[in-house]
Amino acid sequence: MNATHRLSKNKLDVKKILQSVVLFFVSIVMVVTLPIVSVVRLIGRIKHKDFMTFKQYKPENFILKHIIYQWWSEKEVAQNKRVFVYFLFPAMFAFVLFVIVPFLQGIYISFTDWNGLNTGRENFVGIDNYRTIFSDIRFLYALWRTILYAALNIVAINVVAFGLALLVTQSLKLKNIYRAGFFMPNLIGGLVLGYIWQFIFNRAVTTFGPAFSDSFLTGGTSALFALIFVVTWQYAGYIMMIYIAAIQNIPQDLVEASTIDGANALQRLRNITFPLVAQAFTVAMFLTLVTSFKQFDTVVSLTQGGPPEVMPAWFATVFGTGAQTIVNATSLIASDIYDTAFVFNRLGVGQAKAIIFFVFLLVISLLQVYYNKRKEIEL
Amino acid sequence: MTQAQVLARRSKRHFMSKKIMLILLEVFAALLLIGFFFPFFLVLVNAAKPMAEIRLRPLALPDNWLNIYYNFVEILGRRNIDYFRSFFNSFIITSTSLIAIGVFSAMAAWVLVRTKSKLSFWIFMFFLAGMVIPFQVVMLPLTRLLQTLRNVTGIRFKDTFHGVVLAYIGFGAPLSIFLFHGFIKSIPLDIEEAAIIDGCSKPQVFFKVVLPILKPIFVTLLVLNGMWIWNDYLLPVLIIGLGGDMKTLPLSVANLAGNYEKEWGLILTSVMMAALPVLILFFFAQKHIIKGMTSGAIK
Repeated sequence: MNATHRLSKNKLDVKKILQSVVLFFVSIVMVVTLPIVSVVRLIGRIKHKDFMTFKQYKPENFILKHIIYQWWSEKEVAQNKRVFVYFLFPAMFAFVLFVIVPFLQGIYISFTDWNGLNTGRENFVGIDNYRTIFSDIRFLYALWRTILYAALNIVAINVVAFGLALLVTQSLKLKNIYRAGFFMPNLIGGLVLGYIWQFIFNRAVTTFGPAFSDSFLTGGTSALFALIFVVTWQYAGYIMMIYIAAIQNIPQDLVEASTIDGANALQRLRNITFPLVAQAFTVAMFLTLVTSFKQFDTVVSLTQGGPPEVMPAWFATVFGTGAQTIVNATSLIASDIYDTAFVFNRLGVGQAKAIIFFVFLLVISLLQVYYNKRKEIEL
Repeated sequence: MTQAQVLARRSKRHFMSKKIMLILLEVFAALLLIGFFFPFFLVLVNAAKPMAEIRLRPLALPDNWLNIYYNFVEILGRRNIDYFRSFFNSFIITSTSLIAIGVFSAMAAWVLVRTKSKLSFWIFMFFLAGMVIPFQVVMLPLTRLLQTLRNVTGIRFKDTFHGVVLAYIGFGAPLSIFLFHGFIKSIPLDIEEAAIIDGCSKPQVFFKVVLPILKPIFVTLLVLNGMWIWNDYLLPVLIIGLGGDMKTLPLSVANLAGNYEKEWGLILTSVMMAALPVLILFFFAQKHIIKGMTSGAIK
């Protein structure tokens, strides 16, 4: 065992060598040369005005001439090109290295049986991972729970936020304090908030009386509603601010005119406020949709994905599994991906789930924006 | 009674009812605010109680407020939270990332706006496409990539300062470039041309002329990215790890809560200590924070 291990370590790995050569050259060119050249230019320019410019170098070589002309001459075109590259480089470097490369690599990984231990030696398994996850009842259940959670959450947050916005745009005395106060939970991260509420649900609420002796977090449905409650509490203040900005933009003479015409508060709300905040509604819907589907931190600290519950009978019949399948009640997609990858060490499958999640999120959010924009025009 | 008197009385009654309505609304809003603050109140109260008391009376006021101080000291002594260190880590990571994201994105956005070519258009689109990629899709290959980078170049990216900051620049750049792009488009070109005529080189034009103009949107981005980075959990847990040297505040709170599952007094104290810096900051820069977060979202 040991010997073969050592052998495989000593073997010339062409792929790895090629990789390192390419990376070496890219990093030399991008990271080392550009700054050095600019520093040398800068220092040289102080001594000789024409240092490293087109005037000084008269190369015979056509390519060299071209490069120098394009990059190092004092012509404005060349200067613009240099600035373009230098200025774009840092952001582009980090973005490509940490977002684009992993994203592309992720597409490949989702077709392999990578499990974290066989890095570099994983096998290409075709669409097996995708087949696995679509027959994986737990994933389908997580998907269903996420959709349910997102739908309820979007409604809850937007209704509460709009109500709060209407409330604090009245001429109340302390309205600035209310605004800041309702906004405040949003400042604290989901993870930390989750612990606060775990304490409240498990320790504080249970002392209210015998009717509350079971914590909300121990029942499947009540845990989901507890999660929605917490996230609404956290997020409503933020969405409220968006609605406030929209409500304040409503022309005041429109409101006055409708009052003179005898419209009551409800009619004003329906015929003036709603149509005029439609655009803010699109934004708020989009934000709540995306954050609901990506929900992770609060789940981690509030419920850890639990509690386990028996899968509802209708779900079991629709997807044809045993009636007694145990599933996690608040294991939403994001935490399901995390668990698949890091708890069960099936990183290939996890990545396939992530890709499905990405496509799903993309389609849903595009549909939502498209639909809401159409509604906006109708209103 | 004349018509005018009737109208006057009616409007007076209307006025009174409106006033009562307002008072009721005020009371309602105040009650709601108290309800919103109740969790914070519970945290504060229970951070000042010994274990047994929390179990029996979580809602009551503590007997001795000094307990909060003992809990503070206890937290400072616990190695798995390492409060000062993780606070410092959080602070250094957040501030460096913020400045780097701001300056680098502004630079990129500026050349993308001012260079009118097909290439710059497509690069901009490329960045925009990055905005729709959720972190979950990138996280597994990213951990692998960091390992590969370490094997190939010998530079460690996991659990290091530069690794986290680079990752934040990468993930923060698209939105920031998008917002800067929109803002820079509205800056008249004349200012920059005037600066060039006055003898500025192109980089000087950016740092001396354009960057100061970008201040409002810069503040917006500081707030938006700052809230995200300071409270972020998933990215640090992957790149740094719960017990890593560079662990940030959310990580150390999670670490503590994972290790002392039932010691709510300690957990709530650590929660309070993690939340306090942001709340204090909010107290002083309330206007900027609210404005930054909402205007950033609407664009």
